[in-house]
Amino acid sequence: MDWLGPEEWQAVVLSLRVAFWATLAGLPLGIFVAYALARWEFPGKQILNGIVHLPLILPPVVTGYLLLMTFGTRGPVGGFLQDIGIVLAFRWTGAALAAGVMAFPLMVRAMRLSIEAVDPKLEQAAATLGASRLWIFATVTLPMILPGIITGAILAFAKAMGEFGATITFVSNIPGKTQTLPSAIYAFLQVPGGENSAMRLVLVSVVIAMAALLLSEILARRVAKRVGGA
Amino acid sequence: MMLSVSLQHRLDALELDVSFEASPGLTVLFGGSGSGKTTIINAVAGLLRPDQGRISVNGQVLCDTHQRLWLPPHRRRLGYVFQEGRLFPHLSVRQNLRFGQWFAPKDAPREDMTRVVDMLGIGPLLERRPGALSGGEKQRVAIGRALLASPRLILADEPLAALDEARKAEILPYFERLRDESDVPILYVSHSAAEVARLATTIVALEGGKVVRQGSAIEVLGDPMFTPSGVRAVGAVIEAQVVGHHDDGLSELDAKGASLFLPRVPQQIGAPVRVRIAAQDVMLSLTRPEGISALNILKGRISQIRAGDGPGAIVSLDTNAGRVLARLTRRSVTAMSLAEDLEVYAVVKTVSIAPQDVGG
Repeated sequence: MDWLGPEEWQAVVLSLRVAFWATLAGLPLGIFVAYALARWEFPGKQILNGIVHLPLILPPVVTGYLLLMTFGTRGPVGGFLQDIGIVLAFRWTGAALAAGVMAFPLMVRAMRLSIEAVDPKLEQAAATLGASRLWIFATVTLPMILPGIITGAILAFAKAMGEFGATITFVSNIPGKTQTLPSAIYAFLQVPGGENSAMRLVLVSVVIAMAALLLSEILARRVAKRVGGA
Repeated sequence: MMLSVSLQHRLDALELDVSFEASPGLTVLFGGSGSGKTTIINAVAGLLRPDQGRISVNGQVLCDTHQRLWLPPHRRRLGYVFQEGRLFPHLSVRQNLRFGQWFAPKDAPREDMTRVVDMLGIGPLLERRPGALSGGEKQRVAIGRALLASPRLILADEPLAALDEARKAEILPYFERLRDESDVPILYVSHSAAEVARLATTIVALEGGKVVRQGSAIEVLGDPMFTPSGVRAVGAVIEAQVVGHHDDGLSELDAKGASLFLPRVPQQIGAPVRVRIAAQDVMLSLTRPEGISALNILKGRISQIRAGDGPGAIVSLDTNAGRVLARLTRRSVTAMSLAEDLEVYAVVKTVSIAPQDVGG
């Protein structure tokens, strides 16, 4: 595609990759946390709830800085990860982590709502029919919350595509390595004559966001129809 | 098979303390709201952990608080028919029916799917989703689902309460068939005397968390001292056999030699039926009534008179056909000088016996 220059193109592909992995890796944990918050009573539940929602209310720069402190090569977790060969700081994987952390609260909120909408009496019925907890989740709860999972995943994807503050703080803005769509737009706007490139990327952002939204609507509606049983 | 339950449990205002054993067939936990019947059935199902108690089915202990033994619900192998059906909305009727089979142990005695589907008449519904079923259809599928899970015991918590009269009449015969055709014992919660009279092999009557009466349906419902859900619901049960269907729309029954005429019953000639005769529909006469429109006249001896707190009294009468209860005014009891051992005639109008009072 000639319309986008190589640098712009790189940013688009990198953003898609970052958002894809941020969403995919966040899904299992997101479902687990949403289920725990919706269904279980345990000490520290409010603290967990607070931690999950923290990235939503903290300034993104603060989240990015905390990530750098923790997952940077000199941070406690980052140092350990480096020893086993995983480096996050200033890599696209770090961008995915930052995007994932920022998108996590949105994902969990959508899923938690759909889990709370499942009647526990149906899960009881499944138990009396011989299904263990894990099987109940796989055969009753999971299919019924699928629309919520889809909504949560798409919301998270869109958020991850647009994440800027935490990403640029944690992994900087290295073209071809960590320069995502928003940071590329920001970079183009800093240099004279970059407005056209920025404009093109803005258009791409809008199209991707709209497409994601439409896709989630269609998918959620189709699944809801299957699940709703009408 | 034997279900043995002994429970102590506190739940809000209810202080449950019960102990009973259920023989094969259908055992009804009978009582008003707050009597603890749902708490008991949920403890048997494992959906509620009792403070203290022991529950065993056919020698297999499901729960014993003294031994700290507790089987989770999914390992109890029960079939639970809930009041609201609780079908899985995301699965088809066929998948709902198979749900229990997926988890039943391989060596469990397996009900034949075709037989159950035929018995419940749900063949045409198999590919539908629960959302597209009527209340009665949902409940039939729920019965099938419970039955197909190869249960050791079937539990039913007021499975007809959410249905209107017509749907109730549609489902009741399936429970009768279940009771008569399957070896699986049934524990059934109900507050309806008519349902109890039709279905119960054994009645465990509950009041305020205690067992107040326990015995066969004939025994318990024929006891004039037993008025669990108000005097209007009192009525004894008579066991009879269909001997003929007449052209004028009546069916003739034989109850140990006595003839009974009822509005046409669906059962075939020779089939055993149970007839509930509501006490308030029975009239007593000191002499054999002549020139009277009522078709059913049973001669009997008064065994007990229970005067109520209000204007009424309940007279229990031993007739050839069995125990009959009559609800009269205390004024009539005095005017007729009714007393124990007196011979009287019970008069029952044919049309006062409703179809829901007659069961197979």
